[in-house]
Amino acid sequence: MRVALLIASASLHGGIAMPHIAYLAILPEIVMLGGAILLLAVASLVRSALNVTVITVSTLVISLASLAAALWQFFDVQSHGAYTTLDHAVVLDGFSVLVTVLVASAMALTALVGDGYQRREGLAGPEFNVLAMVSATGAMLMGEANDLVIVFLGLEILSIALYVLAAFNRRRAESGEAALKYFLLGGFSSAIFVYGIALTYGATGTTNLTQIADFLAKNVVVSDGLLLAGLTLLLVGFAFKVAAVPFHMWTPDVYQGSPTPITGFMSAVAKAAGFAALIRVFVSSFGVLRVDWQPIIYALAVVTLLVGAVLALIQTDIKRMLAYSSINHAGFVLLGLEAAGALGKVGARGVSSALYYLFAYTFMAIGSFAIVSVLGGRGDAAHEISNYKGLGKRQPFLALAFAVLLLSQAGAPFTTGFWAKLQVVAAAVDANSVPLAVIAMVSAAVAAFFYLRVVLLMYSPKKFVSDQEGDRLENLDASGDAVASTSAREPLWSGSGRQTALVNELNATLLLESSPETIEVPDEREGDVVNVPVLAVVAIGICIAVTVGFGVFPAPLADFAHKASLLFMP
Amino acid sequence: MPLFALVGFLVLLAFGRRIGDPVAGWIGTLAIAGSFVAACITFAGLSHLPSGAREFTQTYFTWISVGGLHVNAAILIDPLSMTMAMFVTGVSMLIHLYSIGYMKKDRDYSKFFVYLNLFVFSMLILVLANNLLLTFVGWEGVGVCSYWLVSFWFERDSAASAGKKAFIYNRVGDVGFLLAMFLVFSKVGTLNYLSVFANRHVLAGGTATAVMLLLFLAATGKSAQIPLFNWLPDAMEGPTPVSALIHAATMVTAGVYLLCRMNEVLALTPDAMWVIAIVGGVTAFVAATIASAQQDIKKVLAFSTVSQIGYMVLAVGSGAYIAAIFLMVCHAFYKGLLFLGAGSVIHGLEDEQDLKRMGRLRKWLPWTYATFLVAWLSIAGVPPFSGFWSKGDVLTNVYAKSPALWALGVVTAVLTGYYMSRLFFLAFYGKDRWKDPVPGGAAHHSPHESPWVMRLPLVILAVFSALAGAFDLPWVHHYDFASWLAPVFAHSLYLDHEGTVAQWVLATIDAVMAFVGIGVAWHLWKSKVNRPELERKFLINVWYWDDFYDTVIGRPSQSLARFCAGVVDARVIDGAVNGAASLVRATGSQARRLQSGYVRNYALGIAFGTAAIVVFVLSRTWW
Repeated sequence: MRVALLIASASLHGGIAMPHIAYLAILPEIVMLGGAILLLAVASLVRSALNVTVITVSTLVISLASLAAALWQFFDVQSHGAYTTLDHAVVLDGFSVLVTVLVASAMALTALVGDGYQRREGLAGPEFNVLAMVSATGAMLMGEANDLVIVFLGLEILSIALYVLAAFNRRRAESGEAALKYFLLGGFSSAIFVYGIALTYGATGTTNLTQIADFLAKNVVVSDGLLLAGLTLLLVGFAFKVAAVPFHMWTPDVYQGSPTPITGFMSAVAKAAGFAALIRVFVSSFGVLRVDWQPIIYALAVVTLLVGAVLALIQTDIKRMLAYSSINHAGFVLLGLEAAGALGKVGARGVSSALYYLFAYTFMAIGSFAIVSVLGGRGDAAHEISNYKGLGKRQPFLALAFAVLLLSQAGAPFTTGFWAKLQVVAAAVDANSVPLAVIAMVSAAVAAFFYLRVVLLMYSPKKFVSDQEGDRLENLDASGDAVASTSAREPLWSGSGRQTALVNELNATLLLESSPETIEVPDEREGDVVNVPVLAVVAIGICIAVTVGFGVFPAPLADFAHKASLLFMP
Repeated sequence: MPLFALVGFLVLLAFGRRIGDPVAGWIGTLAIAGSFVAACITFAGLSHLPSGAREFTQTYFTWISVGGLHVNAAILIDPLSMTMAMFVTGVSMLIHLYSIGYMKKDRDYSKFFVYLNLFVFSMLILVLANNLLLTFVGWEGVGVCSYWLVSFWFERDSAASAGKKAFIYNRVGDVGFLLAMFLVFSKVGTLNYLSVFANRHVLAGGTATAVMLLLFLAATGKSAQIPLFNWLPDAMEGPTPVSALIHAATMVTAGVYLLCRMNEVLALTPDAMWVIAIVGGVTAFVAATIASAQQDIKKVLAFSTVSQIGYMVLAVGSGAYIAAIFLMVCHAFYKGLLFLGAGSVIHGLEDEQDLKRMGRLRKWLPWTYATFLVAWLSIAGVPPFSGFWSKGDVLTNVYAKSPALWALGVVTAVLTGYYMSRLFFLAFYGKDRWKDPVPGGAAHHSPHESPWVMRLPLVILAVFSALAGAFDLPWVHHYDFASWLAPVFAHSLYLDHEGTVAQWVLATIDAVMAFVGIGVAWHLWKSKVNRPELERKFLINVWYWDDFYDTVIGRPSQSLARFCAGVVDARVIDGAVNGAASLVRATGSQARRLQSGYVRNYALGIAFGTAAIVVFVLSRTWW
């Protein structure tokens, strides 16, 4: 808005008045976007196609340079405090630094995972990495936007690149379908979001977050329908991006259809950026209206937690399961946001707990999807959960890594997932939202079930399970209906030893749990031992190191998140 | 210090199986030797300081920081912890060396050293920790290592169940530890020893009594005192070096260490001290009576250990912490030696543990015989061996507390002389009973002396058993054990080393009692093998403690468990879980219908959601 006005006035008076720019504040974005464009330009100028290694390495260099810039910012903010620049449209504070660090790390990890994926799928060319980097730039921008227009700009840069990335594997119809759905619904939600900006502008006369806060602090809006409607529409726009129920429906379809490394990127970066902007806008600009928005967040958190956990239970596709699990995680972050609405220290704790959760989730999600990507095999299609049966025997290290990441997502102690859940729940309790905390714990218990189901499946003796399954299938074939399959279960329950009966029962529950599909589609074939690319191993290793390392020694990361919430400039 | 043990553990864990016999054993031994050297260096450094300044906290990193709870991974170096560290690493090193020979040809050779190294690491954490929580980590670590090592030969049913028994008895005690920790934290707000001591006035009164009794419960589990002592004899199912290291020299003394460590709090509560003293005295006596009727050589030694730790606990309860630690160190030497000697006998006779099937072994196992002789005289309390000085120290202090308990201690001393001599005569004198064929089996081959890796530790330990008394002679006033440990035990009731007449009388009585016990045993067991009138069922069956637990706790809880499994679990809990699961599943299946795959439906969902929120928000402004 302001920029446009400035340009308009400049054209009248002759000469353009440029706002002062503190380049350090946007250095990570400059590096990321500049690097992406440079890579694209070089790739189109050189005669022969660039080799994947060159592209991956340059992407890594760019991402790490951007990360380094973010760390420079961190020290700068530590010594000089937070400040705004670009005519107050961009803010540099601990909060934005944390988001930038997170996005840059996610980008580097995605490049590592994407390398093997591109080789396997025969996708040449720099576009994969370039688009991801553009998307990452948008995410970083959302983290440090101090103006609704900049938020929108970042949102669109992030999203449009993601639409293309979702469709990246042109040979797969699902990929195209996912992209189209994402694009249509994303466009819809963006429209709602822009409408929200317009209404807010109408009510307050500005789109700058600080000025909105000032306006609301100084004026009592008597007829605030316009303002509240604007706030609601903004919330819907964000809720779509972070996949909160009921704006989540695109998530499973898009996560399933997109190339798996991109799914990991999407789940981590889009969620982090969406939440970052959501927290900043609501806590800093609309802090005065907390009485109005806290109940909405409360309700959204409840349904998000429950729907995510319950629907994840009945999935047979690992990517869909992880999609619903990511919805469940979004519910936990909303818990932190709900607490962030409280005043003073409690609110700061809410912000830091949400940030901590996002940080922990980023590495768990990218790691998990990296493993899924590796196991997907050529064509990126082998994502049935039943394929994971006996993985512990076939590929012990991969299975162990996946088990660790899943346990972390379930919130097992000695992982970041545990501390993350602990922090948001503690924040909710501090903010006197005890029922919400209880619901969160219940959903965590339900969620633990579907994570552990996969872990158990990976480590169950392959032969044993398939025998049981085979028996049931024979029975099913013989009588031809499902009733027989339940009666065939009887002998298992009254099995010889108590121990065996218990194991059988577990397996029976497992198999029945995974809905009728598992029974109808016998998956007896021995899964092939897939080749694990070295770079993917590095990426998974980093994710595990972060997840377990900060799980055992939580202090540094909690400290980082805490600083980020303290330096947060309203 | 603990780092060496940890490195050894990790190396063996990673490569042990590949390295195998005997290099894995040497690596394990070297790792512990490294710990020992490190401990010696620290010890030397500490002893150069003036006695008031011998207290360091070395913080490595912040381990946990949640709310008001800040726990550092930090070690506390003071005379007490260093004394413990010295003898733990020293004795461990010798026993590692011994194990190289003893465990030769075992299938899981390297695994044995993995556990052993992990055990030493945990034990060092336990004694060096500067706060209760870290001590608890070590406490649990040694517990689990003990469990693994007791059931090391898990193919044997008895070994597997002995491991479980040890673990469960210890868990009962651990509950006490945890509760004590919660209580301390809730009152003082920290778990750091020094901070707790600095604020101990907060605990004064009933809290201190509760804390110390709970910790004492933990100690009875770990140190095998009444009422949780009966796991220790069963734990003899483990390999003999394990019995020597864990169940005689180091781990079982952890309970005594814990009580000594908390002496500043203990000083606040005379009630708890009385309880501790009485339990210790009674345990010492009961275990000694049982030891005098056992047939299995290792069981005799096990009950003797229980009895000796009873002395230590008695000393702690009498406020004589230094005497307790002194006895602990001496006991580590001579009891370790006894076990290793017994191991050498068992090894020589190819796994024969029955005393009635030994005899005249002094001819065949001269090294073992000579070292065992030293250990025997030590534990029996014959001057000038270490046992005389350390036990005398304890009894003198107990006399100051209560002559009745002192009398009990003296009777126990007679019994000690008696059962040890019985064991000694049965094993090394008399006829070559191992030549007799077993009913339904063959006779043994001639026993063979152990290899040098096993003999060397025997000799070293024998030297220490004989001379350790010199650490704390009553007429030495400088550089001795008491003045070394004194700063830690500011509130000790320890008697001065003045050679009063009363003390001389007490010491003379001790010596006489030792000779009485030995004399009686010589008279009874020199040539006879079976004396049923002295081996009562009541004693053999451990005063029916196990049967008592079985009837009072075991059986009812088994029925309860059966009830829970059959009715509560199958019907109520499974019903609820399965019901909840099917409910969730059903809900999920219904909810899935919304997930149709059509973009138009999804868009509709978004629109409805938006509308619902807008209506909600606006409705608030209108009303």
